Amino acid sequence: MTNNKKRVMVAMSGGVDSAVAAALLQKDGYEVIGGTMCFSTAGGSASGGSLFDEEAADNRKRPSCCGISGIEDARKTANTLGIKHYVFSFGTVLEDKVIKNFCSEYLAGRTPNPCVKCNQFLKFNLLLRKARELSCDYLATGHYVKLCYNRLKHKYLLKKAKDSQKDQSYFLYAIKKEVLPYLIFPLGKYTKEEVRRLARNFNLPVSDKPGSQEICFIPNDDYRSFISGRIGKEIVPGALIHIDGRVIGKHQGIPFYTIGQRRALGGGYAAPLYVVKIDAKKNVIVLGGQKDTCAQGLIADNLNFLMGLPLKKIIAIGAKIRYNHREVKSRLIPINKDSVRIEFSLPQRAVTPGQSVVFYQKDTVLGGGIIRESIN
Amino acid sequence: MERIYLDYAATTPVDPEVLRAMQPYFTDIFGNASSIHSFGQEARKGMEAARETLASFLGAKAEEVVFTSGGTESNNAVIFGVANALKNKGNHIITSSIEHHAVLEPCKFLEKQGYKVTYLKVDKTGLVDPADVKKAITKETILITVMHANNEIGSIEPIEEISKIAKENGVYMHTDAVQTVGHIPINVTNLGIDMLSLSAHKFYGPKGVGAFYIKKGTKFSPYLRGGDQERGRRASTSNVAGIVGLGKAVELCGKKLEEEVKIHSELRDFLIKEISEKIPECCLNGHAERRLPNNVNFSFSYIEGESILLNLDLLGIAASTGSACTSSSLSPSHVLLAIGLSHEIAHGSLRLTLGRFSRKTDAGYLLEHLPKIVDKLRRMSPLYEPK
Repeated sequence: MTNNKKRVMVAMSGGVDSAVAAALLQKDGYEVIGGTMCFSTAGGSASGGSLFDEEAADNRKRPSCCGISGIEDARKTANTLGIKHYVFSFGTVLEDKVIKNFCSEYLAGRTPNPCVKCNQFLKFNLLLRKARELSCDYLATGHYVKLCYNRLKHKYLLKKAKDSQKDQSYFLYAIKKEVLPYLIFPLGKYTKEEVRRLARNFNLPVSDKPGSQEICFIPNDDYRSFISGRIGKEIVPGALIHIDGRVIGKHQGIPFYTIGQRRALGGGYAAPLYVVKIDAKKNVIVLGGQKDTCAQGLIADNLNFLMGLPLKKIIAIGAKIRYNHREVKSRLIPINKDSVRIEFSLPQRAVTPGQSVVFYQKDTVLGGGIIRESIN
Repeated sequence: MERIYLDYAATTPVDPEVLRAMQPYFTDIFGNASSIHSFGQEARKGMEAARETLASFLGAKAEEVVFTSGGTESNNAVIFGVANALKNKGNHIITSSIEHHAVLEPCKFLEKQGYKVTYLKVDKTGLVDPADVKKAITKETILITVMHANNEIGSIEPIEEISKIAKENGVYMHTDAVQTVGHIPINVTNLGIDMLSLSAHKFYGPKGVGAFYIKKGTKFSPYLRGGDQERGRRASTSNVAGIVGLGKAVELCGKKLEEEVKIHSELRDFLIKEISEKIPECCLNGHAERRLPNNVNFSFSYIEGESILLNLDLLGIAASTGSACTSSSLSPSHVLLAIGLSHEIAHGSLRLTLGRFSRKTDAGYLLEHLPKIVDKLRRMSPLYEPK
């Protein structure tokens, strides 16, 4: 190469955050390449290619972070910055590693975090490999999270973002610690407001674009229709049972419910009722009062640690049991190599099997796992 | 940074002479070619001259040339046009499994409407066996459409032999010649075809203009309706500047064809030889001799063609993994699968296509970097074990 600049690929979704990440790195003197993951799972016909399919076209509306409009926005940003931009078709891998799991988890009565899986298998694995193939020194994303290097311990620490409202460290606990040295998160030290201001100052074409909290492969933010369309045949209605044992109604199918849910349960109950348990084997949904949704702790498995912890002794942690959860002081008790027991200092509402629990010490992500069951 | 273009099969630059010929038709000679007044007549004159040029280049009559918006439209117009016109005669179409999507997709669409389509297999060099065509013909067959040369692997199909079979059975014969017009000699009579599609931007003309040849008397139902242009066979205000550009491009190809075939073949063979020697575990796709003079297509084991392509792009070299239209898709090319490559090997393919402005130094620059890129990617590949 003719220059000595460090080369970085920025994962550009088409949104404001990744656009600002790219602009910041360019300003810092990196040679920036944009990389956009394309998840179009349409086409796949024998002839290959993602071709227009009249019947499927209407069902293919996707939110702003993905799909065609996301790719075009990312391209626009890349053109504004004058950087190269490549689109990678990851539809098949998304299907194999994320969507199949998404459906089977719901069918098993659990509530999955597809973004955790995407980060684990696609963004910080496959896309990182693409970046390395293109001789990039780093992969950067627009996640609100900090990556710090501890010189004494020679360790990379993943930490919460400055903007605690936007902090996305919850979604990143499952990536392999070996990839941390190849990552940059330029937005960790900014608030969302500051990022919007930066976007305007950089004159980025996406500065006014609304943010997206939706799951990118679910059209219209309607996971129920998505699941029905995919595995409708396997979904069987069953009984709604009160925690005291009475049958009080009928449920539409296990995947349509999540722990703590109150809406769409039918009305006419004396006191508000919530989903407290989903039993996929018996095909029943158990309802109870608000206090019945509370748990003292949980068992988690599918663990990943970003710090090379010896999982032998009990440690004090902060546990976050879903993205919008206010973390709770807890004790982490190792059970075996791949499961732990978490005991909360205060009972927590709606501990949801399938969701991730992430372990923190102060601002640092220790690791996390997938909630298997709650403990009362 | 160097910028080297080795993707002439995707598109070509407009030749400066073509551009000069077109320019007056945007401003001075701007008339509607269908208008009666002098403005219209001037435009008409330029357009008809282009028609004459193209017709004589193809060995056809001027009235047998219909201008369109490009290769895709030509293929669509011919396939739908014949299917519709002959729907009372039969409902069977024969094509090959390695056609461009602009042929395959109209055929698939017709299948949904009740037509039957036979997709002929090809051998491992990408050639259709004329005997298979013969076997596939039924009483219902109304059209055979086989491409003149494949856009990905460059194999030149035995069109003359297939046409002969078509004629013996009273079936129309069409060929998609988008990759061959301007690149190898073409004569519609020698080819024995009834219809042929072509596109100007593949031979140094502008994008957005093409044509099809349709032999006089061929039954055809127009695709675009709403005007008398092109003798009612393709309504729409004539793209005069584009058509004039197409004509000029054809004229230049006529003059340069012989020389360019020689130059490109030599450069192609040089690239094939050097790549085969410099890079282990690679194989040439397509036929060794029956091959477009400008086409080089290799598969490299253990790695993805897309990764090679992007690495080349970062060095300023433009190449392709397949046809430009599907290169954003990671499904392996249907052409490479049809010639019997495994998914893995098909993923590892790279197409280099030469053209009028290619130089030996371009090949040198490529050869300096390609082996290093392949080596780097292989070292990163989980599939590769160094020998």
